Amino acid sequence: MKTSPAAQGPPLLRARSLSRWYGSGADRFHALTDVSLDIHRGESVAVVGKSGSGKSTLMHLLALLDAPDQGSLLLEGADVATLDRRRLDAARNQRFGFVFQQFFLNPAQSVLENVVLPLTIAGVARPERHRRGMAVLEQLGMADKARNRATALSGGQKQRVVIARALVGEPDLIFADEPTGNLDSATGTVVEDELFALHRERGITLVVVTHDEDLAARCRRQVHVHDGRIVSDRLGDAA
Amino acid sequence: MRTSDLLRAAAANTVRSKLRTTLTALALVVGAFTLTLTTALGAGVTDYVTRQVDSLGAQDVLVITAAPPTAAAGGDPVAYDPETSTPAAASANPLGGGSAALTDARLEQLEGIDGLAVVEPVTTAALDYVGVGAARYLVSIDPTSSIGRADLLAGAQLERDAAELQLVLPVGYVQALGLGDPAAAVGTVVDLGLTDVLGQPREVRARLVGLTNPSLLGGGAGANAALADELATVQAAGVDAPARYAAATARFDPDDAGALAAVKEEVAGLGMTAQTVEDQLGLLTTVISGITGVLSAFAVVALVAAAFGIVNTLLMSVQERTREIGLMKALGMSNGRVFGLFSLEAGFIGLLGGVVGVLAAVAVGTALSAALSAGPLADLGGLDVLLFRPGTAVAIVVLIMGVALLAGTLPARRAARQTPISALRYE
Ligand SMILES: Nc1ncnc2c1ncn2[C@@H]1O[C@H](COP(=O)(O)OP(=O)(O)OP(=O)(O)O)[C@@H](O)[C@H]1O
Ligand SMILES: [Mg+2]
Repeated sequence: MKTSPAAQGPPLLRARSLSRWYGSGADRFHALTDVSLDIHRGESVAVVGKSGSGKSTLMHLLALLDAPDQGSLLLEGADVATLDRRRLDAARNQRFGFVFQQFFLNPAQSVLENVVLPLTIAGVARPERHRRGMAVLEQLGMADKARNRATALSGGQKQRVVIARALVGEPDLIFADEPTGNLDSATGTVVEDELFALHRERGITLVVVTHDEDLAARCRRQVHVHDGRIVSDRLGDAA
Repeated sequence: MRTSDLLRAAAANTVRSKLRTTLTALALVVGAFTLTLTTALGAGVTDYVTRQVDSLGAQDVLVITAAPPTAAAGGDPVAYDPETSTPAAASANPLGGGSAALTDARLEQLEGIDGLAVVEPVTTAALDYVGVGAARYLVSIDPTSSIGRADLLAGAQLERDAAELQLVLPVGYVQALGLGDPAAAVGTVVDLGLTDVLGQPREVRARLVGLTNPSLLGGGAGANAALADELATVQAAGVDAPARYAAATARFDPDDAGALAAVKEEVAGLGMTAQTVEDQLGLLTTVISGITGVLSAFAVVALVAAAFGIVNTLLMSVQERTREIGLMKALGMSNGRVFGLFSLEAGFIGLLGGVVGVLAAVAVGTALSAALSAGPLADLGGLDVLLFRPGTAVAIVVLIMGVALLAGTLPARRAARQTPISALRYE
C-alpha cells in the first residue's frame, strides 16, 4: 500500500518547534530542542539516534504521554494543549497502540488479561473483550498461551503479547520504543516482520524508535536525532 | 474502566499479596473484634437494666421519698429544720441510700404541687412468710412493685386496677414451694403470713399471676394495689395509728422535661426527693456506659493504629506497582479511576478486616456469654451479658470500611498523580 502523504488532509501528528528540558537554572538540560515534524497516516517512521539523544523523549511527546516545555503539537489539526485530559486519555486508549522498551506485563494476570488491558480501560464488556483478545492472540499464534501467566513465556512470546496488547484496540498508530531491544536477533526479526506485516496489511501508522540501523532501514522514512535536534529527515526505500 | 472491572481488579490485587493483606487487616480485625464486644456488652447490660427499670416502675411515675439530710445537694450536710426535716431510716432500696418516712400531712403537701397527679402512698407490709401448705419461706414485697412492670419469666403482669389479690414471685420460690415447673405454678393460690400490730399471726391468700427472673436490683415479690392495701389493712388490725409510708408515687407528664425539673425542685423545697425510675438507676447506667466507653476507646485506638497500617501498606503497594500504574495511565486510564482502584483496595481490606473481626467477636462472645450465664452469672436470669445486634454489626463493618477508605486516600492520591512517563522510566 503506497500512499502519498501529501494527498491526505491534516497530518495525523504535527510537531512544531518542540522543546523539552529537565531541571532548571544552570543545571537545565535540553533533552529536545526545536523539533518540528509531521507524521501522516500510513507512514512508517524510524526515529534513530545514539543513546541519550532524545528519541524516547520525542516519542513520549508525540504519544501524548508528556507535554512540551515549548512549541506545540497538533493531533489531526487540533492543538493538544487545548484538549482536556479525558480527550487525551481517550486518544491514547483508542487511537494509539504502545510497545515500550520493556514489556510491562502484569505478572499477576493471565496473558489474555494483559492483552485486553486497553479494552478493560475503555470499559468494553468482558465477553467482548475476551473475543477480541483471543482473535488478536490467534493472529499472532499465541492463542494456546492465553490462559498462561504472563511471566511464564519466552522473551519473543512476551513481545508478541505486547504487540497483541498494542493491536487489540485497533489503533491508527503504533508507537514502538526499541521493540527488538530486548530480543536476540532471530526473535527480533520475527517481531519486526509481524509489525511491518500489520503496517502493510492494515495501513497502521508506525513510529519506531531504535538505534538498530537494520530496523530503521525497513521503515520508509528515517528521522535522525542528535543531541535533542533533528539532524536529518529523509524518505528511504522501505523493504 | 467499568466499575465491576475496577472492583474485580481491586479484589484481585488485595488477594495477590496474601501475607501483607492479612497482616494489614489483622489490626482492623482487632479493632472490629473489640468494638463488637464492647458494643455487645453495652447493649446486653443496658437491655438488662432497661428491663429492670421497667420492673421498678412506669416511665411516667415519680417515686417520692422524704429526703434524707445527707443526700441533699452535693452531699453537703443539711441544717436541722423542725418544719421540714424527717428522721432518717434505713431503706430497702440498695440504690436509694437512707430514707425517711412520709406522713399523710406530707402527701397533702404533694397533692398541692402543680404537675403532680394521683399522689398515692406506697404501703408496705412486713411479711413473715409465703407458703403453700406446710412449705413456708421468708419473703419481702418490693414497695413499688404495684406500679412497675415485672421482668417476667412466666405468667402475666400484675393488673394495676384488679380487685383480685395478685402476687408475682421470683422464680426461685417455685421449686422451694413445691410448685413443679414455672408455667404450672402460675395460677396457684398461696398464703402470705404476717403478724399484725397486736402481735396476732394472720394470713392473706393471693393468686400467683407471674414469676420473675432473678434480678440484680430487687429480689422481692410484687403485689398489686389490691393486695398491698389488703396486707396493710390486715397488719394495722383496726388500730388507728398515724400512717407512715416508705414512699409515695405520683404521675407526671413524661414528655415535658422542663415541667419535670420544676416539679422536682418544688418537691425538694418541701424537704422531699422526687425521682424518676431513671434517676434511681442513674449511677448504675453512668458506670456501665463509662466502662463500655473506656473499652470502646481501646477499640478506637486499635483502629487508628490500623489506619496507619493501611496507609503504610498501600504506599508500599503504590511504590511497587509504579510501572503497572504508569502503564495503565499510558493506556488511557483516568486519574479518577486510578484513585478509585487504590481506594477500593483499601476498602476491600477494610471489609475483610471488619467482617472477620465481627464474626470472630460473635463466635467468641457467644461462647463466653453462654459460659458466664451457666457459671458466675447463673443467678441473674434473663441477663445476656453480650447482646449482638445485626444492625450494630453492619454499622461496625461500615465504620471500619470508612476508616480504611479514609486511610486509602493518601496512597490513592499518590498513585493517581503519578505521570505515566516517570513510571515508565522507573527501573
Ligand atoms: N526525568 C529526567 N530528568 C533528567 N533528565 C532526563 C530525564 N529523562 C530523560 N533525561 C535525559 O534526557 C536525555 C534524552 O533521554 P531519552 O530517554 O529521550 O534518550 P533516548 O534517546 O531514548 O536514549 P536510549 O536510546 O538510551 O533509550 C538523556 O540524556 C536523559 O538523561
Ligand atoms: Mg529510549
